[in-house]
Amino acid sequence: MRSARRASHLAMRMKGVLTLAIQNSPKSFSVQEMIAAKKQKKGPSSSIEKIVPFLLLLTAIVSVLTTLGIVFTLIVETFTFFGRIPLQEFLTAQKWYPFSETQGSYGILPLVSGTLKVTLIAAIVAVPIGLASAIFLSEYASDRTRRIIKPILEVLAGIPTIVYGFFALTFVTPILREIIPTLEIFNALSPGIVIGIMITPMIASLSEDSMSSVPNSMREGALALGSTKFEVSLKVVLPAAVSGVVASIVLAISRAIGETMIVAVAGGSTPNLNWDITSSIQTMTAYIVQVSQGDAGYGTTIYYSIYAVGFTLFVFTLIMNLLAQFIARRFREEY
Amino acid sequence: MRLIDHAKVVNNMKPRILKNIFFKGVFFAATMFGLLVLGILLYRILTQGIGYLDLQFLQSLPSRKPEMAGVKTALIGTIWLMVVVAPVSLLLGVGTAIYLEEYARKNQFTNFIQINISNLAGVPSIVFGLLGLTVFVRALALGTSVLAAGLTMSLLVLPIIIVASQEAIRSVPNDLRQASFGMGATKWQTILRVVMPAAIPGILTGGILALSRAIGETAPLVVLGLPLFLAFLPKSVFDMFTVLPMQIYNWTGRPQEEFHALAAAGIIVLLILLIFMNSIAVFIRNKFQKRY
Repeated sequence: MRSARRASHLAMRMKGVLTLAIQNSPKSFSVQEMIAAKKQKKGPSSSIEKIVPFLLLLTAIVSVLTTLGIVFTLIVETFTFFGRIPLQEFLTAQKWYPFSETQGSYGILPLVSGTLKVTLIAAIVAVPIGLASAIFLSEYASDRTRRIIKPILEVLAGIPTIVYGFFALTFVTPILREIIPTLEIFNALSPGIVIGIMITPMIASLSEDSMSSVPNSMREGALALGSTKFEVSLKVVLPAAVSGVVASIVLAISRAIGETMIVAVAGGSTPNLNWDITSSIQTMTAYIVQVSQGDAGYGTTIYYSIYAVGFTLFVFTLIMNLLAQFIARRFREEY
Repeated sequence: MRLIDHAKVVNNMKPRILKNIFFKGVFFAATMFGLLVLGILLYRILTQGIGYLDLQFLQSLPSRKPEMAGVKTALIGTIWLMVVVAPVSLLLGVGTAIYLEEYARKNQFTNFIQINISNLAGVPSIVFGLLGLTVFVRALALGTSVLAAGLTMSLLVLPIIIVASQEAIRSVPNDLRQASFGMGATKWQTILRVVMPAAIPGILTGGILALSRAIGETAPLVVLGLPLFLAFLPKSVFDMFTVLPMQIYNWTGRPQEEFHALAAAGIIVLLILLIFMNSIAVFIRNKFQKRY
């Protein structure tokens, strides 16, 4: 009873202080009222709070829709194509003669062999040079050198591919023809080399990233045991960074498979199923370009064939990309 | 007793040290190879194209006669393309990034969107051309217009913008958000007035890099069916147009030397445009980037 009265007395005194404080301030207000008013207010700001996440979700769904759109488009049009050309012919026939009306032949193998030739040449050029650059930048170069050279190398990766195509046709091919007189104007060698140059910075930059993330204690341990820098790079750093390095190579090869303008400009347009790199070839991408430029009417078999070829290309690159992600995740060593 | 046989150590170490020096040279040479190629490429294109590069080249329409030809339609077309790609791709890309970083819960669906974006980045550009041909050119009947090409290119560069924006948003420290919440701001107010201003330099840098990718790309536009030769300028986003890479491709494909020189001149214009955009990106990054 007594304590209750004291409490109420205290409360009254407190209220006195509070009202005093409020009277002294220019505007009188009560915090509780403010909160209540805020809760009741259903103004524009509270409805924005509900709508915005939904709108943002819609934009995020666009990227999913893009993937679905690509897969759906390719599958539907490819099915139309296989309604006219049997799947077996597409996969096993040795010739790709879509423009012949009487004896057209749709065998994807010559286009795949063209793509593989170019990709292989690109890999032979890019993997050693890219890895060597990565080791130099990560293990030998000073901080300052790295900060100068790495951005310049990345400029190489930012040059439009049509520029590389022009370079392959007007510079690399004439030089190669001096060395190999039997080389045709359009061939697999020149675009292969130039694609290799194009993907080198990708391998160098991504591999350098994963080699730089190998902790210094491991290097110093090996150096303390008397290793040279070369031995440290090859026997300690490279094995430790192998997942990132391999993933970068697989990604770069995927880029090479999908590369279009370089082969369209310098590769030619004669699909042949062989391993000759000096004669004219046609890759899957170059075929799509050739048909798109011509006037193959909507609804013709040739029109649908570019989707079948595009689908094959998509499957190739998708497998490579998934492989790269798998390698990067599965074999990563955490330090 | 000597535990270390000095002669043996020297014998063992000498070839290893030599090997180290040798391979240091090899690795250095490989790195220089990339720079050398870049140098040769730029030198070749400059010497080949500089003769045709003048004001008249920028102001002329394409022509059958090399000395009369110019890049006016292509240059204007490239600018039209940027006008469509920049707002569309930034809106979609930044929206997605905000959703993924600020709103999305860590669940299967979010994970799926993230994996989907990284896979989309690896799809060859020509496949985007096939998507654009089916959806924008044919199904939506936009034809080979600025709009159809712009939407296709926006989808192509979307993954670049999303990833760059996500990194920019992620690098804004949580203290800033919590301070804003503590002041009574709502979530959207916090994002709009605290997170975005801090993240905008990173987003813009990524956006400009994506835009420079979009104006250098040729393959999807060939698939869409953009004309290689066009003698008039587009008046709205529904008109036909052509862009610089298409014009370069057209000139490269001709056998005559004069057209190759024209192509080189076109490449110089394209590269100057790209260098200009990239310097803006670098400038923004250096000038406005705050380190927290």
